[in-house]
Amino acid sequence: QKVSVEVLDHLEHLALVDFRDSEGVERLQKAIQFADQLHEVNTDGVEPMDSVLEDRWCLYLREDDVTEGNCTKELLENARETVEEYFVAPPGNIPLLKLEEQNTYLQGS
Amino acid sequence: MAAVAAMAAAGCGGVWRQARQRFARWPGPGSRPFSRGHRAVVCNARGGAVSAGKSGLAPWIPVVGLEIHAQISSNSKLFSGSQVQFAAPPNSLVSFFDASLPGTLPVLNRRCVEAAVMTGLALNCHINKKSLFDRKHYFYADLPAGYQITQQRVPIAVNGSLSYSLCIDNKMSQMVTKTVRIKQIQLEQDSGKSLHDDTRSQTLVDLNRAGVGLMELVMEPDMCCGEEAAAAVRELQLILQTLGSSQAVMAEGQLRVDANVSVHHPGEPYGVRTEVKNINSIRFLAKAIDYEIQRQIQELGNGGTILNETRAFDSKLGCTIPMRDKEGKQDYRFMPEPNLPPLILYDAKSLPANMNHQQVINIDWIHERLPDLPSVKREKLVEQYGILPEHSFTLLVLAELWKGEGKTPLETVKEHKLELLQDLKELEQICQAVIDGQENEVLAIKAGNRKVLNKLIGLVQKKTQGRSNPVLVKQLLEKKLSE
Repeated sequence: QKVSVEVLDHLEHLALVDFRDSEGVERLQKAIQFADQLHEVNTDGVEPMDSVLEDRWCLYLREDDVTEGNCTKELLENARETVEEYFVAPPGNIPLLKLEEQNTYLQGS
Repeated sequence: MAAVAAMAAAGCGGVWRQARQRFARWPGPGSRPFSRGHRAVVCNARGGAVSAGKSGLAPWIPVVGLEIHAQISSNSKLFSGSQVQFAAPPNSLVSFFDASLPGTLPVLNRRCVEAAVMTGLALNCHINKKSLFDRKHYFYADLPAGYQITQQRVPIAVNGSLSYSLCIDNKMSQMVTKTVRIKQIQLEQDSGKSLHDDTRSQTLVDLNRAGVGLMELVMEPDMCCGEEAAAAVRELQLILQTLGSSQAVMAEGQLRVDANVSVHHPGEPYGVRTEVKNINSIRFLAKAIDYEIQRQIQELGNGGTILNETRAFDSKLGCTIPMRDKEGKQDYRFMPEPNLPPLILYDAKSLPANMNHQQVINIDWIHERLPDLPSVKREKLVEQYGILPEHSFTLLVLAELWKGEGKTPLETVKEHKLELLQDLKELEQICQAVIDGQENEVLAIKAGNRKVLNKLIGLVQKKTQGRSNPVLVKQLLEKKLSE
């Protein structure tokens, strides 16, 4: 069962991945097939597992103390562009072009 | 069906305020929307809303549901140790985790969990002893990780209720209690702040707020108009402030309310709903909801359809407009947060024997220590002092006002601009300004029409925001007019 072009396009918009070529799409198909094996197990009435550690995986609760922060300079060092200690980003989300407007592999398929 | 003019409930300023709402007479061809007229949509005491329309035309039932985000009052953030503080230098309260740098992990803040449990208990919720964290994915500059950690599958509290009171007549002598069901309360992260610089076509991002703990309260659509929503939110504010789980100040973004609005005919399925955002005060909340109800009724009455969209409230224009940045329906691709195991809470019965106390949250222990909620306090005031229920509302809000940390009553009064204007010179100047601006009225008064003087007194009161002594104002005006 192949993944439709519409679904692939939808995924590209959601995750900003580029399936790039037939090899990329094929890899996705194989990954889905591999995961689908899970359906072979009957899980009726079985609670989903959170972790193989089960009860031994305890959520650690931290005290409400201020222990971090105050490292503006360090954080801004990673940014290509800053303005008065603010990070700079494009004006809004720049949406991917619609499928019809693209010049990618998906458009050709 | 008589149109009943209802008054909005008392505002949170400790002052009884009369909010007269204007609506179109609906339905009616050629009726101008929002012209002065009777209230077309009315919430009656039994909870349904009916339009006072011409007979023969089916009435509309508005349905209103609220989604509220309350910032948790804590020293540090939900999953990191950076400080929670309003108005600090940009990006100074940001840890490596908040900035989503690789290799960092979330660590849950105990105080945030307690705040959510307290709030859930105060709102009669069932507290889930096991709740889970999830990732909600979307791209935005103020969300560095590309996802928000929230509780989508199993939230910390479910199935509660919030009771609030409304005045149902002009004289504020009849109060009715209403209830709105709380669907759930969940813990989640706040995002950073975006400042849009349109001139340079860029967005400036401050992550100080990124990662601050939020309680999202989802209410069932049990309300039918702006007035009910406003009253419910006011009561919620009081409750949160009494508990101390959130300071719930809307102006500082500690309480954010989005409204879901739809209309339908009785007996028919619910209509398409719109989500209204960008509401910055309780007053605007009521306005935005009532506008949206009217807009939908008008649209449908004209044969149009309602889009399932998100609209922003424009407070200057008093209307809702479609939000541009929303591209169709969002797919958040929820998945379990792999770095956090389930949150387990205990009660007196299930308390584990050999665990470190600091790692255990006991619901019953928290329940025993809940403070008296506003509704209980009001009942006690009425019982003890024999006052009217509606006066208990004012007293309680005043009490909150005066509780301000470290502030003397005098400072609180000054801060809220409650005191009378003492500066005679200033008052004289205002009186003169009013006289100078009202030529026709001055002529009328001098010609012998003394009643017009009241209008001038009213204008002075307006300019001084009700802080002037009307007797003194009358004297000053009369003196000036006789010169």
